[in-house]
Amino acid sequence: MANAAAPPRGRSARRTPATAPATGPRTTRAWRSYALMTVLAVFFLFPLVFMFVSSLKPDAQILSDVDSPRAFLPVGDISLQNYADVFDRVPVGRFLLNSVVVTVLIVGLGLVVNSMAGFALSRMEFRGRKVLLTVIIATLIVPFETIAVPMVYWVSKLPTLVFEGFVLKYDFGWLNTYQVQVVPFVANAFSIFLFTQYFSTIPKSLDEAARIDGAGWFTIYRRIVAPLAGPAFATVAILTFLPAWNSYLWPLMTVQKEELRPVMVGMQYFFQLNTAWGEVMAYTSLITLPVLLVFLVFQRAFVSSIAASGVKG
Amino acid sequence: MKRTSLASIVAIAAASATALTACGQAGQSEGSSGDGPAQITLWTHSAGNPAELAVYEQIIDDFNASQDDYEVVEESFPQGAYNDAIVAAAASGDLPCLLDMDGPIVPNWAWAGYIQPLGISSEITDALLPTAVGEWDGEIYSAGYWDAALSLFARQSVLEANGIRIPTVDSPWTIEEFDAALVTLKAAGYETPLDIGAEDTGEWWPYAYSPMLQSAGGDLIDREDYQSADGVLNGPEAVAFFTWFQSAFERGLTSNGGTVGNTEFNEDEAAISYTGVWNAKDSLTAAGDDLLILPPPDFGQGPKIGGGSWQWGISSSCDQVEGARAYLEHSFDTEYVTAFSDGQVVIPATEEAEAASQDFAEGAPLRPFVDLTQFAVLRPPTPAYAVISSTFERAAKDIMAGADIQSTLDQAVADIDADIQANDGYGS
Amino acid sequence: MSIPVQQQGTPATATARAASPETRPTTRRRRSPALRGHRSAYGMVAPAVVLLLLFLVVPVALAFGLSFTNARLISPEPPRFVGGDNFVRAFTADPVFLRSVLNTALFAVVVVPVQAGLGLVLALLVNQRLRGVTAYRVIFFIPVVTSIVVVSILWKFMYQQDGLVNSAIDTLTFGAWQGTAWLNNTATALPAIIVLSIWQAVGFHMIIWLSGLQTIPEELYEAARMDGATPRQQFTNVTWPGLRPTMVFILVTITIAALGLFVQIDVMTQGGPVNSTTTLVYHAVRRGYREQQVGYGAAISLIFFVLVLAVALVQRRLTRDKD
Repeated sequence: MANAAAPPRGRSARRTPATAPATGPRTTRAWRSYALMTVLAVFFLFPLVFMFVSSLKPDAQILSDVDSPRAFLPVGDISLQNYADVFDRVPVGRFLLNSVVVTVLIVGLGLVVNSMAGFALSRMEFRGRKVLLTVIIATLIVPFETIAVPMVYWVSKLPTLVFEGFVLKYDFGWLNTYQVQVVPFVANAFSIFLFTQYFSTIPKSLDEAARIDGAGWFTIYRRIVAPLAGPAFATVAILTFLPAWNSYLWPLMTVQKEELRPVMVGMQYFFQLNTAWGEVMAYTSLITLPVLLVFLVFQRAFVSSIAASGVKG
Repeated sequence: MKRTSLASIVAIAAASATALTACGQAGQSEGSSGDGPAQITLWTHSAGNPAELAVYEQIIDDFNASQDDYEVVEESFPQGAYNDAIVAAAASGDLPCLLDMDGPIVPNWAWAGYIQPLGISSEITDALLPTAVGEWDGEIYSAGYWDAALSLFARQSVLEANGIRIPTVDSPWTIEEFDAALVTLKAAGYETPLDIGAEDTGEWWPYAYSPMLQSAGGDLIDREDYQSADGVLNGPEAVAFFTWFQSAFERGLTSNGGTVGNTEFNEDEAAISYTGVWNAKDSLTAAGDDLLILPPPDFGQGPKIGGGSWQWGISSSCDQVEGARAYLEHSFDTEYVTAFSDGQVVIPATEEAEAASQDFAEGAPLRPFVDLTQFAVLRPPTPAYAVISSTFERAAKDIMAGADIQSTLDQAVADIDADIQANDGYGS
Repeated sequence: MSIPVQQQGTPATATARAASPETRPTTRRRRSPALRGHRSAYGMVAPAVVLLLLFLVVPVALAFGLSFTNARLISPEPPRFVGGDNFVRAFTADPVFLRSVLNTALFAVVVVPVQAGLGLVLALLVNQRLRGVTAYRVIFFIPVVTSIVVVSILWKFMYQQDGLVNSAIDTLTFGAWQGTAWLNNTATALPAIIVLSIWQAVGFHMIIWLSGLQTIPEELYEAARMDGATPRQQFTNVTWPGLRPTMVFILVTITIAALGLFVQIDVMTQGGPVNSTTTLVYHAVRRGYREQQVGYGAAISLIFFVLVLAVALVQRRLTRDKD
């Protein structure tokens, strides 16, 4: 991503953590760092510890523990009752499945569509290239909330193909589908921007060599440039995963069928006349866990691919 | 990462999406093809509320089994998201035949032409509590199985120990008495004696506090012709009410902390709570015989509480109006109205169901709520209500936070009046 | 936002300019590789461009059209053209709108430098060659992967008078300092939301800084150390210049995100108390959707776009002039 704007890393034979002077972990400087990082870690972790611990407590205890350190400790009346109640109240499995499907499609299709665009915009000469790039980047300023209403109206008029029985039919209206949750979010100006940045750091001489060998542009993208851009793919994957998994307003407005709802809409099930706090905490723990796992997997790819590309380049 | 694995993941996801959509669609397209019963879709706000859903499922099963012409299919939404969902559906022309709506939005929807006159037997609607029926322009557009009611919860022992008079429906607390009682209770050690419910947001605000405004002689809008809020929302009566409201927060008699619900009262951290019938069961468990269900204070024009809860209507785009009406008429059976009341702890809308209900029959513990329904007032039936509701909430919250009362109310009036003018008076 | 375009566009245009005088008038042959690239290039940008047109440009155009009408979300009347009335109303008859502009600006002015700076500090910390540093990297990133809705609900809980934040303050200061009900107080509500927002998003920018740090060649540090540079000198002479492109990118992304502040407000304060936390996007949604004044909401959105674009252009100018 941002490192994309940096010069190609061919010059650096090996890559080591930059700011670490040659000091061993036992020096005072290292201990200072550990101390500082640990304090910060507490600051970053405590709400999540609170969330998880609270998910094991009954509502009344969550509220009475709030003003003491007990809020962070699994003490008192601890059970998995809230989790059981969550499964009674909400079709958790179906919602998780829907979110996984929608998110994988947005991320996967997004990687292909946006990296192709980024490739063309960064490595090929064509009329209107600069204008196009500027316009695409300018669209970054549009927050989704401000166009949600015209958007609902618009997708409700779009043509679509549906299977009725076994006959393919032509119809209007995208509401109540997976596609309405996926297609509008595949192309992403931010992702295109990141790919453009990253690709432009990969030496263009590679393309020229390949073209002399008779390779087409798509082959160059597919076989030469994309394999060198692991960090960019990993970054975009993480970046597009998060909003897709967390989408709330849009599915709420466009999906009325319960069996197509994603996880964040399920959150509202716990805010009845009175909020079931224990269940809220249990449900949020449940839906945050998959995201953490995905991040753990990707952060490895992300960090190690940065290192790897340094070696390769 | 390997591109091939990525491609296969996407392919699998796409395939399963198609399969899942097919499953989803199967239920929907059943009725429309062939000569099976005509399908009628119904939307409720009850997702996540198993007790209420169970009653609907019972009604629908019974109705579907009772005849062969129609099949009612239910789709439920979580309450907190329901209004956003149906407004989006309405704007994109995608409403189902039958839907439930919060009472005060009915006139707005009727005016906009999204729902049609209900057209069910007047025997049914005549027997309902007046606040359970939604009207616009002289026609009935909606009807509900129940109404809710607000009241003051208190413990008899606490009031007696502090020498506070226990009010009755015939002789409620005046606002001066109420205020003095709160001061006494605060002095007696209750840090926040009154839980007024201000931590809640949205429709709760006009539902809970605009009746107090009316009790003081103000209102949300001039109900003569529904063209302006000037003089009623910013008149001296309204200022008087909000002055008390603001000072109650300033003096710490109440606060907007805590959580939505009645925990503070049940734990005896608040001596009095202003809350709804839906919380009564828990408080009965917590306080037992000691629990008092009291009328809200009289700000001058007699005590008032909010009326109008969830009600059913038929959309204008419904192509099975006969079936929808047949379903609704079937659903107002005493058995079901009673079941809603028992499952939800809400006041049944008919006398038969009231007599049959476990909580609200003569002598039952929650009977006092039935007596309070005589104080019920409706939020103004005007299409401008969406703006009125949002504006009132903001103004009242600002005043709670210490804003200047007169100028805040004047701005609220200006906002409401500007909206009415922009809509050419909403056709009246 | 257009800074990076400029940046990475410059070499390309330079090449094009250098090439064109001789290529254009001469043989077709020299032009043909680029021309052959033409068709493939259009093919490769087409999916993204079509999708962006359909799902961004069209809705924005619809919003643009609506902003000159009195359109309502729910109404039997067809929308009527009202000219610039909505824009006049925003600037003359809607004090909440003006307050929203102010709050949005305030939020961005604080969040952009603080979040960028804190992100850099974190990145420097976790970029050290220390055992277990990956664990800290993950911990600092955890709030980012947690839904902002969930995070806002949690913090709303914690900011109450008797909530976690105040009990922590009470414990740490041995009762010497009493907290307030943070979100109820006009003076503290926006700062409270700023703290939460930075807490939630800073891990993301830490990762970006980190990737920037890792592109700085180790030889530069070795050379600096040989010259006897202190760690501080190494930072100002090697690290900071090497991070410049990253910095531009981070400023752009934080600014855009900060100006679009919405969810935290919607969940935690609904713009209160006394409009002290209302923002432009929140106000546009409230007017346009909740109060059903679609035309007016669209007008506010449009003003928002123009303002953000202006900020971006200024930012571009400022960062470019330093070059």
